[in-house]
Amino acid sequence: MKFWASLVVVLALVVAAAFTVKNEFVFYAGYTVLLYVVLATAWNILGGYAGYVNFGTPAFFGLGAYTGAVLYKAFALPLGLQIAAAALMSGLLGLFAGALTLRLRGIFFAIATIALVVIMETAFINWRYAGGATGLQLLRPPPTAPFESYIKMLFVVMAAMALGAVALARYIQDSWIGRGLRAIRDSEEAAECSGVPTLRLKVFACTVSGALMGAAGAPMPMYLQYIEPSSTFNLNYAVGALASPMIGGTGHWLGPVIGALLLSSLQQYVTVTISNEMNVLVVGVLLVVFVVAAPEGILGLAKKVGARWKR
Amino acid sequence: MSALLQVKGVSKHFGGFAALSDVSIDIAEGERFGLIGPNGSGKTTLINCVSGALRNEAGQIIYQGKEVTRLPAYRRTRLGIARSFQIPRPFSSMSVLENLMVPLQYVVHRKETEARDEALAILKTTALADKAGTPSNRLSQVELRKLELARAMAARPRLLISDEAMAGLSGSEVDEVLKILFDLNASGITIIMIEHIMHAVMRFSQRVVCLDAGRIICEGAPAAIVANADVQRAYLGA
Repeated sequence: MKFWASLVVVLALVVAAAFTVKNEFVFYAGYTVLLYVVLATAWNILGGYAGYVNFGTPAFFGLGAYTGAVLYKAFALPLGLQIAAAALMSGLLGLFAGALTLRLRGIFFAIATIALVVIMETAFINWRYAGGATGLQLLRPPPTAPFESYIKMLFVVMAAMALGAVALARYIQDSWIGRGLRAIRDSEEAAECSGVPTLRLKVFACTVSGALMGAAGAPMPMYLQYIEPSSTFNLNYAVGALASPMIGGTGHWLGPVIGALLLSSLQQYVTVTISNEMNVLVVGVLLVVFVVAAPEGILGLAKKVGARWKR
Repeated sequence: MSALLQVKGVSKHFGGFAALSDVSIDIAEGERFGLIGPNGSGKTTLINCVSGALRNEAGQIIYQGKEVTRLPAYRRTRLGIARSFQIPRPFSSMSVLENLMVPLQYVVHRKETEARDEALAILKTTALADKAGTPSNRLSQVELRKLELARAMAARPRLLISDEAMAGLSGSEVDEVLKILFDLNASGITIIMIEHIMHAVMRFSQRVVCLDAGRIICEGAPAAIVANADVQRAYLGA
């Protein structure tokens, strides 16, 4: 109950901000932060719960972005349908890629997901209709009724997706599926012998994770009014989606949210005040610091401190 | 005698190394069966083939009259074959109670609250009830062994394979684990015990098979096994 109430409050705040705050940059930057909340939450379903480190975020995100762009170019589909189609496409990619690669364990799976990014990027570089290597310029349609600017609308849409992703991740975590995924992370052999259909569960996690990443990618061409392969399939998405849960804590749905809010906001701040190159350094430094000093992230750290206080 | 489990001509190779060659064993419903052999003789490989962790290249595994040779491990667990691991593999991010809830939810399909009650009941029979809320990565060696058995029991098996559940335990702890296994057997569960602690296997088993270099070298009652010259040679050398 408390959870759903806070979701409603957050959504209300977001909508209120969209109608009161005048500075457009806030929404421009906020959109990116929320995008990383979705990506990190999605990544955590497979990477955090089941322990399968996935570097393929750009493949799922990029396929979603291109699905949106191509559908817009071909049929001028409204944003909602672009998102739904992107989720479907990237979910299917998760299903097939997962079924093929999730028999691999540890580092081998991680390598296979990097290959997936390269394959997707190559495919879109060679697809003329989608703009090939030079990319595609897109003109935004006018914003839908209550919104006065397109960027504010995108901000609210991304906020809604972030809340949806978090609710889904929380549901999975608390259900028997989440327990099965954790069993896989702890010991895959013991999970199998406890009746957990490990491959099926991993493929399910990969599908849900991919679908969410794809949905998050769909509004990107409208946000930039442009799409091209090398920035769409950029490994920075993979690093951001992976670093946020690591920093926040991988065991709980709140971890990636905290991590993404912190990391992404800091990155936005550094981009504006120092430079665009520095923000990549920020991720690197924070990731190293947390992996060494707090391997269970901010949540793990908070739990430890809390336990000490009780004593 | 109706066989619950039939192992028929099973062979398994790792590269050029024959871990099992043409092993056949029948195990009857309700039996207490001991599997012994020196290190590297293929005991764990055999039960990996039975539980589905490994696929045997030749031969068949037949359980309750049905062939399960190609079934994945989780399907076999759902049919009633449960096992404990030689090196305990707890779900270390979970509490002791939650460890048991995995098989209760995935094998017997219990609801959350029912699973919780049943898990507690099983923990009582294994003398782990006071550890229910403890994170499983903070257990002692004997508690980990008991957790392995308790988790296997939570899968509600008809056939329980205990892989060196007593290795490294003290005398009184061995007795404690033995009692749990005797009680399980009394409730109708067939048990395969793999063990290096001879007095425990000999006391527990009705029938013993000795493996050496992937072959069965002797089969019979415990007393006959102990007296067998081949077994003595396998263990002590010529």
